[in-house]
Amino acid sequence: MERFAYANPSTLKEAVGLLSSRWGETAILAGGTDLLSLMKNYVAAPKRLVSIKNIAELRGINSDTDGIRIGALTTLQELLDDESIRRDFPALAHAAEGVASMQLRNMGTVGGDLCQRPRCWYFRSGFGLLAQDEQGRSLVTEGDNRYHAILGNRGPAYFVHPSSLAPALIALDARVSIFGPKGENSMLLKDFFQTPQSANERETVLQTDEIVTRITIPSFLRGWPNATYEIRPKEALDWPLATASVLLQLEGDAVAHAHVVLGHVAPIPWNAESASQWLVGQRINEQTAAKAGMEAVRDARPLSGNGYKVKLASVAVKRALLAAVQGGA
Amino acid sequence: MADYQWPQADDRSLIGKRISRLDGPIKSSGRATYTYDVQRPGLLFGKLVLSPHAHARIVSIDTSSAERMPGVQAVDVIRDAGQEVLWVGQEILAVAAETDEQARDAARAVKITYEKLPHLVSDVEPAQAGDRAEEEAEQVTGDPDAGFREADATIEGRYGSSVITHCCLESHGQVAEWEGDNLTVWASTQNVTGLVGQYAEGLQIPAGNVRIITPMMGGGFGSKFQADTWGLSCARLSKQAGRPVKMMLERDQELLVAGARPSIHARVRAGAKRDGTLTAWSSQAWGTGGITSRGSVNLPYIFQIPNRRSSYVRVSTNIGPARAWRAPRHPQMCLITMAALEDLAAELGMDALDFFLKNVGIMGARAQTYRQELLKGAELMEWKKKWHPRGDQTSGPNKRGLGLALHTWGGGGHQSNCNCTIHPDGSVEVSLASQDLGTGTRTVIAIVAAETFGLPLDAVKVNIGDSRYPPSGPSGGSTTVGGVSSSTRRAATSALNELLAKVAPSLGVEPGQLEAVDGRIQVIGDSSKSIAWKQACAKLGTTPITASGRRSRDLISSGVGGIQMAEVSVDIETGVVKMEKMVAVQDCGLVIDVKTAESQVHGACIMGVTYALYEEKLMDEATGLCLNPDMEFYKLAGIGDIGEIEVHMMTGPGYDDRGVIGLGEPPVISPGAAISNAVANAIGVRVPTLPLTPEKVLAALEKKGGAA
Repeated sequence: MERFAYANPSTLKEAVGLLSSRWGETAILAGGTDLLSLMKNYVAAPKRLVSIKNIAELRGINSDTDGIRIGALTTLQELLDDESIRRDFPALAHAAEGVASMQLRNMGTVGGDLCQRPRCWYFRSGFGLLAQDEQGRSLVTEGDNRYHAILGNRGPAYFVHPSSLAPALIALDARVSIFGPKGENSMLLKDFFQTPQSANERETVLQTDEIVTRITIPSFLRGWPNATYEIRPKEALDWPLATASVLLQLEGDAVAHAHVVLGHVAPIPWNAESASQWLVGQRINEQTAAKAGMEAVRDARPLSGNGYKVKLASVAVKRALLAAVQGGA
Repeated sequence: MADYQWPQADDRSLIGKRISRLDGPIKSSGRATYTYDVQRPGLLFGKLVLSPHAHARIVSIDTSSAERMPGVQAVDVIRDAGQEVLWVGQEILAVAAETDEQARDAARAVKITYEKLPHLVSDVEPAQAGDRAEEEAEQVTGDPDAGFREADATIEGRYGSSVITHCCLESHGQVAEWEGDNLTVWASTQNVTGLVGQYAEGLQIPAGNVRIITPMMGGGFGSKFQADTWGLSCARLSKQAGRPVKMMLERDQELLVAGARPSIHARVRAGAKRDGTLTAWSSQAWGTGGITSRGSVNLPYIFQIPNRRSSYVRVSTNIGPARAWRAPRHPQMCLITMAALEDLAAELGMDALDFFLKNVGIMGARAQTYRQELLKGAELMEWKKKWHPRGDQTSGPNKRGLGLALHTWGGGGHQSNCNCTIHPDGSVEVSLASQDLGTGTRTVIAIVAAETFGLPLDAVKVNIGDSRYPPSGPSGGSTTVGGVSSSTRRAATSALNELLAKVAPSLGVEPGQLEAVDGRIQVIGDSSKSIAWKQACAKLGTTPITASGRRSRDLISSGVGGIQMAEVSVDIETGVVKMEKMVAVQDCGLVIDVKTAESQVHGACIMGVTYALYEEKLMDEATGLCLNPDMEFYKLAGIGDIGEIEVHMMTGPGYDDRGVIGLGEPPVISPGAAISNAVANAIGVRVPTLPLTPEKVLAALEKKGGAA
């Protein structure tokens, strides 16, 4: 780990003032579960860490008629412990539960989950986010890409976004609020993520001097069936190979509106729009759920070593849909 | 005179019972001191600089900026400019500094330039390995061609298992401290006695100047027999700085260089008659364990099929070198053999258990043991109730299956010397320079001594883990328990006999008429003529009794069987394999402590589940790097992944009378094969290689249309 200065502001304004407008010079410290390992491996070497842990307004979960507002510093365990979230948004609770180590859930925050960096082993070995060799060739397409992207992978980015919560939150039409030098604004969480097209871009639109402050889920979604299904080899301390989060609005038995989002399959949480559209008017059963799963991966273009993930993603969609109509999972 | 032979079953008060390990409480509460925990006044921290290239020549090394870094006290160059490095992680130099962090910073400040050379890091077939493939002479027994003509059914299959690492939870390393010309090393080692000579030779100092101390060990599995490059370098850093130095490998270093198990791959043909009688075997095997890996494979494993032909090609690769991995080569040979034979049983439409029982006659010296163990295992697994022909035809995506495998190992005790002291105050010490790798060695020694003296377990003080005690062999190949139990028994018996001789006159009998039981010395069979242990020892006056004992071949033996059965469920839509249950039936002669023995088998099954389902050292050909030198993608099973493990130790007549035999290796051999067979039984098709990842399970299923 390189030497760094440590700042501990108590207001957002103060915090933003301490953040540089250039990448890599400063970093925001919340739970630290990702940042510290990046620093220990010299993948990140910020000159100043800006802790946001003492900014009170970033904490807590509050609800009113408009929405459920989840402060960015809410830990994954606090999310899981919230009764109304467990009851109304099993898609989100199950995603948080999937971060399967008590230590990570106790330290990791909602904001940190959205802003964590990809687990791509070439990136973590120091070859950069786009993982290119000196000649500019992709190490991923040439090398071992068993855990890499099957969708949105036309290049140059092939990593998968690691967020556990984002697919569920996007399925729930969540908005993200951001505080920066010009004050606060908000956007749909799905627009927060981007696929970098060059080494100068990151995997979100967040600027270096901006802070995620909270997530808001619309209140009217309470009661809509939703679920997340994750596929991973081990029960604990393991990344999913593919996940799916779904939200349904039912009229009688028929789907009036659907939102299907895949995780760990693309450089961004993947909006499976054609599956969402196809589901409208369908009744969810084994056959239609399977068909929606196939629809969700219709555009998948696996790399040399990750074809199996296409099947996994489609199965995850099927099982998430079935879980949603059976009362969540 | 007390006899040193093992007591008969009725006369045992501790041996063969279930006794908790003595160091359990201090280990589970974090009070046990491992090498990693050793603190010394003025301690410096060492850090290695390793090669970032899989194959390169060192052009230049510039340590000047590192030497100027804050806190740096010593630099030791291990490989000079001009020399080659042959794998990522090969040691170039080491630095020592006041803090761990300063040492790490200094290691990064060293400037080394390399000329890159061509490498091969992938586990390729011999045909793609060019001059890196080295073929061994083909072995032929009987007439393989005739054997195949005789067969009613023949299978051809491809099987294999990847390179895995040892992944010791306590990484390799040591603390070195000099006092004048004398060196003390606290080492995480399986070889306390042997390390003395290795440090002496490596540092060109007299062996009498070297002391090795290993209070507790955090796992070795065959990878910790050597002083190692880093051990000698640590001692040189300490000498240079004039202060003690601690240098433990980082997790990535541990996974890169501190041990690997060679891969194995094979194409197999096997044939049998309609009734299951095996007639022929043919295999072409290959594998890699780094630049050079000694040892070959003998196929088929255990089954002495009358007509057989086998060949082996060793492929040299630029990966961290192989080290003995718990039962070297056996898990690999077991997998290839048991998988092929289970495929053959399926081809014949036979239950694998019936097929194995049919061929017990060609299982060699332990044939009858295997028969008993297979029947016991079948009972515990409810095999006959649960078994179905290949491909679970029940509805739903989760398919269940059963698989079995069997194994063998030697486990004869190593050379061991023990000193046993009876003090006039009645306390007892047993001293030997052995080590407890976490297997229960300390406990077993105490049990043997306490049993011999008729004392409770806590009356015996066990001194191990220090080369100042009498020499004992390295803990490898399941040789420890036989060595230390027999030397302890001999030493304790001799000490007791001296005590009996002192006490006999006061009881008015000959020493030969006395025995030590229940904390007393008494006339054999007559507890009315007795004296309490403490009073007896008081007769020694001021001089303790010290007696020595050596490993005694008549108390030990070698050669065990062992069978394991696995029950799995496989999700055929996701390819995820879940362990439901393992049954392990194991013999190892006279079991000194049933509880720690069972614990050994549990540990082996867990290790086996892990290498069957998850473990794989992933190498990247383009960069030459290992992609998963971490606990994130080098996956180990967690508590939720293991399933139920049921262990049955074979004891009693026919087993106890063989004497003590080692247990470390045998139970880790079968799990991979048994689990692979269970998956094949569940889904109706063989997944050719370990680990059995979702990717491979789905690929195998796809070949047969996706259904079980």
